[in-house]
Amino acid sequence: MGNFRFHQYQVVGRALPTPSDEHPKIYRMKLWATNEVRAKSKFWYFLSKLKKVKKSNGQVLAINEWLSSHLPRFLVALVSLIFERKPTKIKNYGIWLRYQSRTGYHNMYKEYRDTTLNGAVEHMYNEMASRHRVRYHCIQIIKTATIPAKLCKRESTKQFHDSKIKFPLVFKKVRPPTRKLKTTYKASRPNLFM
Amino acid sequence: MPFKRYVEIGRVALVNYGKDYGRLVVIVDVIDQNRALVDAPDMVRGQMNFKRLSLTDIKIDIPRLPKKKSLIAAMEAADVKNKWENSSWGRKLIVQKRRASLNDFDRFKVMLARIKRGGAIQQELAKLKKQNAS
Repeated sequence: MGNFRFHQYQVVGRALPTPSDEHPKIYRMKLWATNEVRAKSKFWYFLSKLKKVKKSNGQVLAINEWLSSHLPRFLVALVSLIFERKPTKIKNYGIWLRYQSRTGYHNMYKEYRDTTLNGAVEHMYNEMASRHRVRYHCIQIIKTATIPAKLCKRESTKQFHDSKIKFPLVFKKVRPPTRKLKTTYKASRPNLFM
Repeated sequence: MPFKRYVEIGRVALVNYGKDYGRLVVIVDVIDQNRALVDAPDMVRGQMNFKRLSLTDIKIDIPRLPKKKSLIAAMEAADVKNKWENSSWGRKLIVQKRRASLNDFDRFKVMLARIKRGGAIQQELAKLKKQNAS
């Protein structure tokens, strides 16, 4: 549960102060990127679409990573701004996104069940790439939220809202416990029944 | 054949790949089609892909997402450890572990013991043959 490709960053920036505007408004953005450099770049991309400010006449005041952690409950309350509150609790994440397909821009709402938001976002990027052939730079995350079970819209997440969930694993993939023990030929045929 | 081992809350599974290989864990909740939230007395609760789990016959009675203490209590009550070690699967794993940890002297002793056992079997067989012939 540690290694996420996409990290969530909080970037705070503003235009540079000028003689006509001594204290320009400060803007804060939360976004997903693989590293800090990309996060800052994305910040300017979005901000210049919203306000009349560019990287050349603006400054990033702060960039912090929004982490997930295994902190116990009482410590989580203290740092709740920065850490994922309960990474062992399964949540339903709703992600609103805007993506560019080959023919134009579309909005989309997707739901994921995961323990952490970073995991859900990574799942989303992978799914968009596989189902719609959309790559990272063509996706803009508009909003993410934790959805309570009653308000979930997709059947594929709602089917797991069952406290007595029970299903068999139908196909057992036989594989060696380490890649070192992998061989091309085996002495006996595998038993695929769970 | 109908299925007998289901993924359900309280199912005990064996991890068959990765860092926690060989550990017995309890499925505490199902995240989605491929992953479960998994817990054991000596590990932090975490998610695991079903591909890494081999389901066992043992199932314990727990509510969804129990606290660690109640999970440990439920495992004690269902006596998971003993049931596992007395099951044929569990016994085989213990024997495999033992065999893998033998040193050369142990293997020499095993060889002597096998020869001795073979000799005893042959003696009994010879006796039975003689009885049959006469």
